[in-house]
Amino acid sequence: MSDQSDQSNNNFDKDGNKKPPQPGVSNNKVPEEELALTKSVGSKGLSSFFSSLMAILVGLVVGVIILMIANPSNAGQGLIAILRGGMTGSPTALGQSVATSIPIIMTGLSVAFAYKAGLFNIGASGQFMIGGVFAVYVAIKGTMIPDSILWLVCMLAAMVGGAIWGSVPGILKAYFKVNEVITSIMMNYIGMYTAKIIIERTIYDSRYARAQNVPLRAQIPTLGLNTRFPGTNLNISLLLCIVFCVIIFIISSRTVFGYELTAVGLNPDASRYAGINSKRTVIIAMMIAGAMSGLGAYMMYLGGTGVYMDTKEIVASQGFNGIPVALLAMNHPIGVFFTGLFIGHITIGGENLQLYGYSKEIIDMIIAVIIYCAAFSLILKQLLGRIIQGKFRINRQKPRGPAPQGPGRYMHPEETEVSS
Amino acid sequence: MTTIAFVVQQTMIFSIPLLIVAMGGMYSERSGVINVGLDGGMIMGAFTGTVFLNQMQGHMSGQGLLLLALLVSGLTGFLFTIFHAFASINLKANQVISGTAMNMFAPAFAVFAGRLLFGTQQVPFRDTFYIREVPLLGDIPILGPLLFQKAYITTYVGFLIFFFAWFVIQKTSFGLRLRACGEHPGAADTVGIDVQHMRWAGTLISGFLSGIGGLAFVVPTSTESNATVYGYGFLALAVMIFGQWRSFKILGAAFFFGLMKTVASAYSAIPGIKSLPIPATVYKMIPYIATLIVLIFMSKRSQAPAAEGIPYEKTGR
Repeated sequence: MSDQSDQSNNNFDKDGNKKPPQPGVSNNKVPEEELALTKSVGSKGLSSFFSSLMAILVGLVVGVIILMIANPSNAGQGLIAILRGGMTGSPTALGQSVATSIPIIMTGLSVAFAYKAGLFNIGASGQFMIGGVFAVYVAIKGTMIPDSILWLVCMLAAMVGGAIWGSVPGILKAYFKVNEVITSIMMNYIGMYTAKIIIERTIYDSRYARAQNVPLRAQIPTLGLNTRFPGTNLNISLLLCIVFCVIIFIISSRTVFGYELTAVGLNPDASRYAGINSKRTVIIAMMIAGAMSGLGAYMMYLGGTGVYMDTKEIVASQGFNGIPVALLAMNHPIGVFFTGLFIGHITIGGENLQLYGYSKEIIDMIIAVIIYCAAFSLILKQLLGRIIQGKFRINRQKPRGPAPQGPGRYMHPEETEVSS
Repeated sequence: MTTIAFVVQQTMIFSIPLLIVAMGGMYSERSGVINVGLDGGMIMGAFTGTVFLNQMQGHMSGQGLLLLALLVSGLTGFLFTIFHAFASINLKANQVISGTAMNMFAPAFAVFAGRLLFGTQQVPFRDTFYIREVPLLGDIPILGPLLFQKAYITTYVGFLIFFFAWFVIQKTSFGLRLRACGEHPGAADTVGIDVQHMRWAGTLISGFLSGIGGLAFVVPTSTESNATVYGYGFLALAVMIFGQWRSFKILGAAFFFGLMKTVASAYSAIPGIKSLPIPATVYKMIPYIATLIVLIFMSKRSQAPAAEGIPYEKTGR
């Protein structure tokens, strides 16, 4: 524990060199201990992996039980269908599985990144829909944009749309201290209706009650992937996913901004004391998170997958499905890529379950159980780690002085006003 | 007058479920446990409640049946929330994650069980609960049309629950202890309050009320349950935060939101609004935008329970 504290202290100094240094402040004890705590979690990627694996196993066991209850005779085949997921031998199914994964990887990335700053981005759905409508609008109306860069312009449009939508909860959180959970929920509904209005007023296809087709020239480049893997409509979006996961990983763990983000997430007061502009950090974090969600919609609606933006008044499920992806990856940007693929994989497994007379919602129940177990597997792991280190919960809150009331990550500590 | 009565009657339909569920959320959060799984509890309650209605409507009908069904819904929410309470309190899990899992599980379960029992995910029931006019009370000059005509018994149940819940949390020693566990569990512990018990109580009450709220939402708005409450659990969470975790502010917030929702959905029936040249979709955004604006003006000082979301560990002191 002690050497980890030193390590975080070093980071602090390194950070201080780049920002105007504040002598004496970097000795601030408050974030150190908690930073050390998360560092010990972060560095143990392997045990995180195993605890996620444990959660997945429990989820599958519950899944088998549910299959047995519903129809015992097909339960074996059902389980095989779930495990095989998209890997049924046909490239189409594999392509489907990837196509299902891509949007939720991006929204998962969005949730995970916001969580770094201590923000629960339940508004990925709204950011997703606005990003999608921006991209589709540019794709259809951007006739003056040359073909070669149109896909990039659409991508930027999606990022801008998502970032605008993400910025609203960020600004309200930073300047008005409004809880981001509630503003994100509201922005989901406002985004849904805004997207509907934009579609209906500009790019409506009244025959099918949805947005017009995205022209071929605006679609995401395939680089020949769809011909190399015949039967699929693969394009470069999976590569883009990897690139963005890596970018987010670098931002969050290898840059000053990422460090500030973690510090603000752990303790906004202490980070402000250390000279970090926590307002700016929160807003930028939410904007980046929003941009990632917008990108997810870009990859879904411009990927030539035959999915169109419709005007049904339903909040996009991809945003909510990003939450389990992020949680299962324990908010690690690279982990998100794999958990997203996994969830996409078993979702297609759920589609195949229907062949054996089961409803595909069984998969959602399995995912729910996995998330539920993931909620405390992390705690069990920390507990084990602490027992091993011989530091079992001693004076963790002492540095805070006489009032030992640490704020949860859910709340901004300034909001915690004690009253009757 | 008829317009006002209409608006009030409509507002009740939207506000009462929000009020019940938000009060439930308040119990959980003021005991120190964040419950974002309210939506899941509502869906579970709505599902079992309508299954009960569906199965029993051949034997009985009217208000007695609905009251029994509400009880079934409440018990379902209660049982469902045991998982959340166990994870959050005993296993010290991340409460937001656990609640999210609840929200994922419930709609999937409702679809699955609906298909298993009825072949479809829609569970229909006969609406024999509509109250055209409450005897005697409905004849009161102004109050009658506002509160005692064209209503559902859920409205009165909702008000009863509200006052009872307010009384218990604010005026009884149980309530005081519960609030202490949400503000300063260490201090509560030193005076002999069992923090874990109180948090279990708070969380289970929230589950009970979310189940009731689920059925109270479905019965007046539909004649079948469809494995969803259209995000009302999240709205209830918003109402609770909007209401600053305080009973009467939650009452105000629920009715504010319900009124806005009424304006949004029934604007064409309200003279004066109908003639404005604004697209219909814009009206539907009103409740959400209005809530945002109100929050900006009044949320400078939040009164969230200080210890919410933080598992309590005795060994730490």
